[in-house]
Amino acid sequence: MQKLRELWKLFFTFFKIGAFTFGGGYAMISLIEDECVTKNQWMTHEEMADMLAIAESTPGPISINCATHIGYRRLGLFGAAMTTLGVVLPSFIIILLIANFFDYFLKIPLVAAAFRGIAVAVALLILRVGLKLLRKTDRRPLLVGILLASALLVLLNHILSLGVSTVYVILGAALFGLATSYLKKRETPPSEGEGREDGE
Amino acid sequence: MIFLSLFLNFLKIGLFTFGGAYGAIPIIRETVLANAWLTEEQFSYFLAVSESTPGPIMVNMATYVGFTMGSADHGVLGGVLGSALCTLGTVLPAFVIMILITTVLRRFINNSHVRAVLAAIVPCVTGIIVATGLYMLAELIFPSLPASLGSFSLPALIVAAVLIVFMEVYRRLRKKPVSPILLIVVAAVLGMIFFR
Repeated sequence: MQKLRELWKLFFTFFKIGAFTFGGGYAMISLIEDECVTKNQWMTHEEMADMLAIAESTPGPISINCATHIGYRRLGLFGAAMTTLGVVLPSFIIILLIANFFDYFLKIPLVAAAFRGIAVAVALLILRVGLKLLRKTDRRPLLVGILLASALLVLLNHILSLGVSTVYVILGAALFGLATSYLKKRETPPSEGEGREDGE
Repeated sequence: MIFLSLFLNFLKIGLFTFGGAYGAIPIIRETVLANAWLTEEQFSYFLAVSESTPGPIMVNMATYVGFTMGSADHGVLGGVLGSALCTLGTVLPAFVIMILITTVLRRFINNSHVRAVLAAIVPCVTGIIVATGLYMLAELIFPSLPASLGSFSLPALIVAAVLIVFMEVYRRLRKKPVSPILLIVVAAVLGMIFFR
């Protein structure tokens, strides 16, 4: 009974988080902290920071990573399933309702005009996030090289309509990172520390 | 089989997204365009809807694409099935990997080779996002890209210029970046004025 109540609480908390955050994962983080650290004390601030670091470096939506982690820690696999379902469900329901009539809605000329303006805002928002990440980028030559090469490949892919999936660009960067890390390890086998010889 | 294809494609999207929704946008975009599931306009328009409705942006996009494709031949029920499969595909890799890390792979994430791979992916994703943003903007201003620079959209250029000025002024005055929703609302008004 106790367990069932906690399961419901996990579900409902993440349902709330899913229903009241706009603009994706990063907007959710403060609400997750509010609910899970301050209110329910499911984890400490340190554990939260630790979880976020992992969530950012693992694939998939950040909110799903967090929901899964917290749910699993509280009540195992079933808990993880409930928190994930909770965070997904509001989006799912709302978008289903919108998707049903979105195409008809776009046939109204004024709405269509509004959305042509909105398309410009969407491109600018993507660019803004890109530039923000650019400013935060580590300036080591190797990483800057990966950044430029990736951007160039994606642009060429668009301009020449090559149809090469971006997934291969990511895989390429991952392999490159792995290769350099192996080479580095071979150069400095005895030392335990992180061999950051490139520096600033 | 459209349903299998939806599921597998969104599984791929869920697996190759790093750093949140904006890392996913380039891959979702190329996936829906390559499969002719959405047009460029439908993609941009619904991305705006995804930003303005609650919940994870990726789940919102997955639900929409799944509904649009599933309902095309199989009615509303097919639409619901399609959205469920796309959402499941998006969520599953994150779910499984997170559980593995929480249980057995705690030390895996601190392995120096894994860290090197992740360190290489971060600038790669940054480059991809910048390139995609630039290209999407260029394509709005020069609608006949990539074939030629032939046609030119003055309204798009005006809206872009006004929005950039608005973003900059807002940031200086309010000391924080303008929220996506407010920018989208302003863009909608500008669109109604200049695209009529």
